[in-house]
Amino acid sequence: MLTVIFGLIGILILGVFLLLFRVQSLVTILRDTDERGGLSNRINGALMLLVPLIGFIVAVYHYPIAAKHFLPEASSIHGKETDSLFWITLTVITLMFLITNAGLFWFAFKYQYKAGRKVVFFADDHKLELIWTAVPAVIMTVLVLYGALVWNRAMMQEPPKDVQVVEVMGKQFAWQVRYPGKDGKLGKYDFRLTNDATGNEFGIDFEDKNSEDDFIPREIHIPVNKPVLLKIRARDVLHSVFMPHFRVKMDAVPGMPTQFMFTPTKTTTDMRSQLGNPNFNYELACTEVCGKGHFAMRYLIVVDDEPDYKKWLAEQKPFLEEKPEFKGKGMKSLRKKNVAANEEIKTKKDI
Amino acid sequence: MELHNHGQSAVAEAHTHDHHHDEHEHHEDGFIRKYIFSEDHKTIAKQFLILGLMWAFMGGAMSVIFRLQLGFPDFNLEWLRPILGTWINETGKLEQEKYLALVTMHGTIMVFFVLTAGLSGTFSNFLIPLQVGARDMASGFMNMLSFWFFFLASVVMFTSLFLETGPASGGWVIYPPLSALPEAVPGSGAGMTYWLISMALFIVSSLLGGINYITTVINMRTKGLSFARLPLTIWAFFLTAIIGLLSFPVLFAAALLLIFDRSMGTSFFLSDIYIGGKALHHQGGSAILFQHLFWFLGHPEVYIVLLPALGITSEIIATNARKPIFGYRAMVGSMIGIGVLSFIVWAHHMFVTGMNPFLGTIFMLLTLIIAVPSAVKAFNYITTLWKGNIIFTPAMLFSIGLVSLFISGGVTGIVLGNNALDIQLHDTYFVVAHFHLVMGSASFFGMMAGVYHWFPKMFGRMMDDKLGYVHFWLTFIGVYLVFFPMHYIGIAGFPRRYYSFSTFDFGKSYADLNMFISAAAIITFSAQALFAFNFVYSIFRGRLAPLNPWDSNTLEWTTPRVPGHGNWPGAIPTVHRWPYDYSKPDADKDGFTDFIPQHIPFSQTPNSNFEHENDLIAKQEGKKNSGDNEHKHH
Repeated sequence: MLTVIFGLIGILILGVFLLLFRVQSLVTILRDTDERGGLSNRINGALMLLVPLIGFIVAVYHYPIAAKHFLPEASSIHGKETDSLFWITLTVITLMFLITNAGLFWFAFKYQYKAGRKVVFFADDHKLELIWTAVPAVIMTVLVLYGALVWNRAMMQEPPKDVQVVEVMGKQFAWQVRYPGKDGKLGKYDFRLTNDATGNEFGIDFEDKNSEDDFIPREIHIPVNKPVLLKIRARDVLHSVFMPHFRVKMDAVPGMPTQFMFTPTKTTTDMRSQLGNPNFNYELACTEVCGKGHFAMRYLIVVDDEPDYKKWLAEQKPFLEEKPEFKGKGMKSLRKKNVAANEEIKTKKDI
Repeated sequence: MELHNHGQSAVAEAHTHDHHHDEHEHHEDGFIRKYIFSEDHKTIAKQFLILGLMWAFMGGAMSVIFRLQLGFPDFNLEWLRPILGTWINETGKLEQEKYLALVTMHGTIMVFFVLTAGLSGTFSNFLIPLQVGARDMASGFMNMLSFWFFFLASVVMFTSLFLETGPASGGWVIYPPLSALPEAVPGSGAGMTYWLISMALFIVSSLLGGINYITTVINMRTKGLSFARLPLTIWAFFLTAIIGLLSFPVLFAAALLLIFDRSMGTSFFLSDIYIGGKALHHQGGSAILFQHLFWFLGHPEVYIVLLPALGITSEIIATNARKPIFGYRAMVGSMIGIGVLSFIVWAHHMFVTGMNPFLGTIFMLLTLIIAVPSAVKAFNYITTLWKGNIIFTPAMLFSIGLVSLFISGGVTGIVLGNNALDIQLHDTYFVVAHFHLVMGSASFFGMMAGVYHWFPKMFGRMMDDKLGYVHFWLTFIGVYLVFFPMHYIGIAGFPRRYYSFSTFDFGKSYADLNMFISAAAIITFSAQALFAFNFVYSIFRGRLAPLNPWDSNTLEWTTPRVPGHGNWPGAIPTVHRWPYDYSKPDADKDGFTDFIPQHIPFSQTPNSNFEHENDLIAKQEGKKNSGDNEHKHH
């Protein structure tokens, strides 16, 4: 049904256009005038003023409606700083946008063709050019300095000793998270130990003592107002850790671990009451195209206050407790296995 | 016009007559040599244009299909099955993998085939010889090869659409490991192989063309046409060709290494990968290395598509404002500045890839410097309009539209170029909005402006003005309606290349805005039918074009209505002045209206000459007598 309607509308529009076209080309030929500044020029001139003006009014009217769905204020320390930089920059560029576009369209309208208008032969003016080289340069300098300051604070801090480490691993098409357990140290891993069939999705090296208390939860829990260090990696293709509410983003790269440190400032409960939305959840998404399920790599993040977080931690069981068969298995045993396999191949060949 | 050709030396005239004579003897071109394997730059330009436009419609149609998915996720696409076949699944929805394929192909086609080949290929080919006063490109044969390599690249890319596993699907940036592993996405199998072969051919085409453009501009300018008198179009094409020549080989290297990784087991870009239940043997490669190589072309590529559009705009705005372009030297200077800077900003695409954060700061600094020459250009366009006498031809409308889009898309570059802000906005719809305005739409507008402006010279007939006006306003309004609201979606954190936003709580808003954008995109795309009709109709039925329909100063308008091979039947005109003598004071006393073409000597315009121009008369007269290439030395 819809197709038919669309089709009909299309044909109708096409018909109208064709008709209009034939009529107007005939008229043009009859008139046989190709003068500058005719009616068309005046109409286009008027539109040069009208269209941007209407556009501006519509945009101003629509903005508050659209802005309702912007993300809430950042829930992290660096996020608040990037947010203020963002809104300052946006104000500056909106002004630039409005001033330059206003000039462009106003001049287009005002200086539309009029017979006998005296055009100013104005080919050069060093002072003017100096001004509009210098002004953007100064604005850019300020924004660069401000940006560098915010960036350095967000990205170039040494993690404190008591930082909460969380390992986030991307794979097609889900996130997996590992916590270091009581010792605060993540065990080693190697991609050659990864084995979905046996259940070692992370490729954890269980010969490393640090891995013995590592646990793999089903959602991320982090304590409020404490720095969290995300150790990020991917095991198949590129992924990207994106936590929109915390203004956190960092690619997950196979073979090259990355990291991102941030400090959450609002618990999930706080956000729920602040937004009046009892179903609110912090989310983790993927922002580097990774294949079919790229759009569905959702993972939940819960920001707890200190007691809740402690309670949650206490409930978590080390991975080895659930899968004791992995105990002590790691790179060495893998190597032994490989050596044995190679030997076997060799002997077969020899025979 | 022939009246004005007397600035020519007897020697030169004799020579060109000979040349012309030769042509009549050797160029009894058959149909194939004239229209298919032609070495005439004008025919080659038209071939680039027509193939580019065909790709543009295909790329546009692809965007309509994935916009349907994004804006109307519940809409049944069963009716597309005759075209898309198994890309539509049993429930009448677009396959998720094929959504990615469409996005990838849309990007590749638009960036390379439409805006590089279709824009730069068309107008560099068409205008360089005509505006520098040459009979053809330096090497007509290489020029012909350039088109046919593009054609081959097109055939390979087009064929890849019909592969069972689908075309490349890892995004137009083809980041490995996704693009290297068929296990990761089916499009990375044969589809990616085709993509790489096609791009390799395309790079060859691009280099063959670029070398020709550069050589022609440097060596084959007519007498009197110093660099300081080059139309800004030629400056733009010249710089574009240099940028392309320096950056495309790097993409070629990246593609080659990726081919090695894919089929010969090397590990340039791959390491530590477990996929499909298996740990791969690759170790020690760096996925980030590929991104560095890719963006070393990828960023200059932005200017490869944009500079020609800006050059075209400069020419059209000056002509139709009946006023010299403001700040000619600043325009050239800023183009050179943009060209140089374009090579040292690439890593702003990689702020959050895990690259050293200190590098991020350096690249932010360099990136934001580009805003300065860009701003100078925008201000100069606006000042050119000031106190002009503007004629709104369709080309002029598209040029003014370009300036607006260039500003609108450019200012958001200041946001994204700031690494602290890029943390949040990277790979969201804010980026999509930004580059579609500043690079996609602006360059597309430049291409449309060029087509409307030079159509009379290409085909000897006029396109219909009124249809052009409607086409412009629908497109202009449409483009803003599509891409302006996209910024909001980006601020709300929506990531790009998402098949659907319903998985996430934060992605549940804006269903209506996405629907609106899709509707606007469909209308904008449909409006291009007006152009297609106008274009095809006017080639055969358009009004015959006058010799100089826009009262323009540049040399191409001194050729016959439909110039033959060799461009000028008689001698090549000599250039005596810059191309922007529009509305020169007192020109009427010399018998001119509001324009004095480039080939008019100053001796003919004693009343309107400026003082330093009067000084040049003696020199020009002197040269006439000596009749050699002295003009190149001053």
